[in-house]
Amino acid sequence: MSWWPEYQNIFTQVQVAGPPEMGVQPDDMDIRDRTRGTSISTLIGLVGNAQLGPIYLGIYGVVSLATGTLWLNIIGFNMLAQVDWSIPEFIRQLFWLSLEPPSPEYGLRMPPLYDGGWYMIASFFLLVSVMSWWVRSYSLAKQHKMGKHVAWAFLAAIWLFLVLGLFRPILMGSWSEMVPYGIFPHLDWTTAFSIRYGNLYYNPFHCLSIVFLYGSVLLFAMHGGTILAVTRYGGDRELEQIYDRGTATERASLFWRWTMGFNATMEGIHRWAWWFAVLTPITGGIGILLTGTVVDNWFIWAQERNFAPTYLEPYGYEYYGTGEFDLRGAEIAGGE
Amino acid sequence: MFPKWFSQWNRENPVDIYKPVVIFGAIGGAVVAAAVLVSWGTPYRVEAVQTGPPGIGMMVADFDFRGPDPTLAEYYTEAPYPPEPGEPLAGEVYENVQVLGAVTEANFLRVMNAITQWVSPEQGCAYCHAQADEGLYADDNLYTKVVSRRMIQMTQTINDEWSGHVNYNAEVGVNCYSCHRGQPVPTEIWFRIDPAVDVMEGWGGVQNRVTAQSQFTSLPSDALYRYLYEDARISVHDLESRVGDWPSDPDSPTWQDTERTFSLMNYFSNSLGVNCVFCHNSRAFYDPSQYTPQWANASLAIEMVRDLNTIYLEPLVDVYPPVRLGPIYADAPKAACKTCHKGYHKPMQGLNAIADWPELAAPGVPDYSAFLVEETAAVVR
Repeated sequence: MSWWPEYQNIFTQVQVAGPPEMGVQPDDMDIRDRTRGTSISTLIGLVGNAQLGPIYLGIYGVVSLATGTLWLNIIGFNMLAQVDWSIPEFIRQLFWLSLEPPSPEYGLRMPPLYDGGWYMIASFFLLVSVMSWWVRSYSLAKQHKMGKHVAWAFLAAIWLFLVLGLFRPILMGSWSEMVPYGIFPHLDWTTAFSIRYGNLYYNPFHCLSIVFLYGSVLLFAMHGGTILAVTRYGGDRELEQIYDRGTATERASLFWRWTMGFNATMEGIHRWAWWFAVLTPITGGIGILLTGTVVDNWFIWAQERNFAPTYLEPYGYEYYGTGEFDLRGAEIAGGE
Repeated sequence: MFPKWFSQWNRENPVDIYKPVVIFGAIGGAVVAAAVLVSWGTPYRVEAVQTGPPGIGMMVADFDFRGPDPTLAEYYTEAPYPPEPGEPLAGEVYENVQVLGAVTEANFLRVMNAITQWVSPEQGCAYCHAQADEGLYADDNLYTKVVSRRMIQMTQTINDEWSGHVNYNAEVGVNCYSCHRGQPVPTEIWFRIDPAVDVMEGWGGVQNRVTAQSQFTSLPSDALYRYLYEDARISVHDLESRVGDWPSDPDSPTWQDTERTFSLMNYFSNSLGVNCVFCHNSRAFYDPSQYTPQWANASLAIEMVRDLNTIYLEPLVDVYPPVRLGPIYADAPKAACKTCHKGYHKPMQGLNAIADWPELAAPGVPDYSAFLVEETAAVVR
């Protein structure tokens, strides 16, 4: 298909292999904490850099991986115990199985192991794991004398995680408000949570979160598409284009200015993207935190503020007869 | 094959034919597919009828491919024999007729025959009357006979006291066939099965298992027991924007209670073959002023099923042999929506099950007046 341009491809088209890049030696980092082995993989080169390693875990990385593994294994073994230690049943029912939070009657006390106790222990390890991975993302950026943008963005996600699993349960006075660890069960929680509090779609912070989530998707598609489209003019060398605007930037800017009268800059688009992404969990977390603590029925709350419409009676049911329908879907006329 | 000048012209004028083939093939294929869908229609079409104000998704879907209830073809019915003055009653002719004693002998035999057709067509009379072959019917030595007697009383109660539900739109009622459909043990009966997970207690114990009662979801498996045997509260919404209740307060509905209610609602939906907005208003499931007319009927049904389970079905636990009892608690088989509805929002698709059976329509002396009028009219002519 010679008429299809080669650069329009979902995979990375240029893989350069040479001596492994071992990286710099930041002042306050011990080289002994870093692995030495590297390898080149053409397969991973299709989506990113083909070089695997070296990796630097450090103390926070080790703590994070260890506690994270404990969290995952506590869940796994609880699920296994629930199917009587049968591996085939474990695989068959995996999506249904769950480690559930404690029953509501225990409040903020430590429940017995078989009614949420294991869940609390696992959750503690998950908290340690996530927080030390955050410290790692901060300290690695610091060692490389980078900005801390990644760490702060990660913290935004952690905010939502802490609201769901720590702040809101404490405000509600019960660990039972935490989210189950299971594939379908955590989706059940999501549905039940929304239904219980009168439809979360009427929570304005949930609305904002959706705006930023979908906005992030839109921005990502626009930006990724734009840069790939001007790659043939060097557009993927974005940082150079910031201080030395070349024809790639000119063309991309012109494209959007002629399309919608306005264009981002090579710097600005990344600030837009970062804020949209970060605001998604920040606003979402605020919405969750207010649910059940400040507002118990979002639909009624929204109606009281003329944010949701109030339909006036009659609803028109009387025009639809008795509401009885025959098998063909046609309404049976009349009624009494 | 082709003339020389043609092949030569082709060689000198190479053209990429793949590009137009791909482009016009794709466009042409899409046009053909669209034309087929428009003219012949989609094979998976769902018929829907709007049932509420526009714009809020109030519609009831029906599925063309579902077809009529297959058990209806086997339905047996027979009009009663209007009693003549002085005709002997079953209670006078036979021994140990406790419930249908006020029925005339002819009609009593008609009802007994119908019950056999509805409940035990293969097993025959001997399913309840052990010595039927010898002409002995009076003994209560089979549990099936004792249960049947109670079931006749239950049927009379449903038709009489719960007429508001079973005759909601028109006279429909129930008889034995409504649940049994030609089988001694009706389909879609249920037993208590929680905890679904043995090693956990509390909320971790009652859910996250593929069971028929959870509708094969990971939702709680104890919804039928809590709501249709016990009388736990089904509604979970606060009716003001701020109430300030706490999850640890037993009276405050939690998200776990919501999952259990959701489990019950799934059961309702699958039992009747309807969607949520058959009964609820899509925009405010909880608001009594916005429910559809069917909601009231379903609410009545919840009360009815609780009564049937606690007054008629569970107390029979001592009558049944162990094989008929539940797998975990050895409890009696219980009924719920699907036991009668069988997946249709009108059981037996709205067939009038008591038209020919005044004996089952109410306790006491049957009311044959509907049939007497016809007889009198015939005599006058």
